[in-house]
Amino acid sequence: MKLMDCPIHGKRPISEFLYGGEIRESPDPDTCTDGAWADYVFSRNSVPGIKREWWCHVPSTTWFVAERDTGAGDVLKTYLYGSPAS
Amino acid sequence: MPWRLLRYAMNPAHPDGRMFSRPEKLRNRYDVVIIGGGGHGLAAAYYLAREHGIRNVCVLEKGYIGGGNTGRNTTIIRSNYITPEGVRFYDESVRLWQDLSEDFDLNLFYATRGHYTLAHSDSAMRTMRLRAEINKHYGIASEVVDREILRRELPMMDLSGGGHAPVLGALYHAPGAIARHDAVAWGYARGADRRGVEIHQQTEVLGLAVRSGKIHAVQTSRGTIETDSVLCAVAGATPRILAMLGLTSPVCVHPLQAMVSEPVKPWLDPIVVSGSLHVYVSQSARGELVLGASLDPYELHSTRSTLDFAEGLSAHILDLFPFLSQIRIVRQWAGMADMTPDFSPIMGKTPIGGFYLDAGWGTWGFKATPVAGKTMAHTIATGREHPLAAGFSLERFRNFALTGEKGAAAVGH
Repeated sequence: MKLMDCPIHGKRPISEFLYGGEIRESPDPDTCTDGAWADYVFSRNSVPGIKREWWCHVPSTTWFVAERDTGAGDVLKTYLYGSPAS
Repeated sequence: MPWRLLRYAMNPAHPDGRMFSRPEKLRNRYDVVIIGGGGHGLAAAYYLAREHGIRNVCVLEKGYIGGGNTGRNTTIIRSNYITPEGVRFYDESVRLWQDLSEDFDLNLFYATRGHYTLAHSDSAMRTMRLRAEINKHYGIASEVVDREILRRELPMMDLSGGGHAPVLGALYHAPGAIARHDAVAWGYARGADRRGVEIHQQTEVLGLAVRSGKIHAVQTSRGTIETDSVLCAVAGATPRILAMLGLTSPVCVHPLQAMVSEPVKPWLDPIVVSGSLHVYVSQSARGELVLGASLDPYELHSTRSTLDFAEGLSAHILDLFPFLSQIRIVRQWAGMADMTPDFSPIMGKTPIGGFYLDAGWGTWGFKATPVAGKTMAHTIATGREHPLAAGFSLERFRNFALTGEKGAAAVGH
C-alpha cells in the first residue's frame, strides 16, 4: 500500500488523500485578458517532472502541499502551505 | 488433421508473411510525418494513402506499434454519447468498425454484443433517459430498460448491487461491440504499408523545428526529417510533444488500469458498465473477463499497476457478480490517459502551421480509432477541419465552448 506523509497526521494510506492539482497563480480576473483567463482555467502543465501540488487528508480535511515527481510517482516532501519548510 | 495442419505450417510454399516491412533508413523528407504508431496514427496514415493519395508518409513510433493505449484499452466500441457532436462522431466510427475486417482482409474478431450502462439512482436514470432520447434523435439504437428486462437478460447479476447499490434500470445500446485491439493496429499498419507508407519503430522524436510559424522539421533519434505537415497522435505523451513547441493544452495525464481473469466458459454475452460502482466488464472471445474501472485519481506518467486497484475493482465486480469470487486474475496493466476537462478529444489544427493534433483521447480513444484516422487524414489533406470533428478543436477552450461528454464518456464520476 502506498503511504503519504500528512504534515499533521503522519504516514497514512494514499486512499485517504485527495489530489487537488498543481499549485498555480491566478491572474486578476478583473484586469487580465479573456485569453489569459481561459489559459488559467483550462491549460495544465502535464509534462512529467517535480511539481508542487495541493493534497487533502480527507478524514481531517487538512489541505497541504506535496512536492511530487509525476514521472516516477514519488512524493518528495509534504508541508503546510506557508510553513517555514516551504 | 493436426499432422496436415503442421505440414501446411512447415511448408515453405506458404510462408507466414510479415504484416509490414521494416524500412532501413529514414528519408530526408516526407510529405506528412505522423508521430505515434498506435491505432490513431496508423489509421490516419492508412486513410491519407487510401483516400487522399498521399503516400509519402512516415509513422514514427518510439516503441513498437500498438504498444501504447491501442493495446491497453478494454476494447469497448459504442456510440451512445450525450452531445450531438459526440453521438454523430462515434456513430460514424461504429459504421467504419463494422466493415473494417473486410476492409483489411484481417479478422478483428469484431463482435456486436450489446452494451448495458447500469443506473443505481434516480439521477442516473434521468441521465440514461436523456442519453436515450439524444441517441434516438440521431438514429442510434439506444433505450432505457427496467429491472425486469435486466433480470431476464442478465440472470446472473445481483440486482441489489451487493445490497448497497441496487440497480434501478439501465441504458441498453444494441450496437455495443468489442474487437481484438492489437489486430486493429496491425490491420492499419499493413494497409498503410502496402500503399507506400513507411513505419519506423524504435524511433523517438526528440524535437520539432518551426520556421516563421510553420512546422519545418522533426528531429528524431535516427536523424532529422524535413516536412510541412506533422500529426501528433501520441496519447499520454501529448504534453511532452507540445512542450517541444511551447504550446499548452488542457490535457492532464492520469493512469487508467485494467485487468483480465483466467478464461472461463462463455456466460456473459453483453458488455456491462456501472458508473456508480466504477466497473466495466465483458467476456473476450477467449473466455477471459476483461475488467476496467475509473482513472487513478492523480496525475502520473507511469504504467505501473497497483494492488489497491485490483482489490477495489474486484470488490465492485463481486457486488454485481458474486459467483465470481473463486475466479483468478491473471494479468493487470495500465495505460496513460490524456484527459481533457470536458471528456472530449482535441483534434485538428493548432497555432503552429502544419502541426495537427489528435489528442485528449483519455479513456474513450479506442472506439474512435477509424473515425479519428479518417477525419484527421481529411484535415491534413485538405487543410480544412472535417465537419464531424468541428466540436473538438483546441480553440474551444479559448472560446469557453466546451463539448461536455462527462456524463457518457467515463465511469468515474
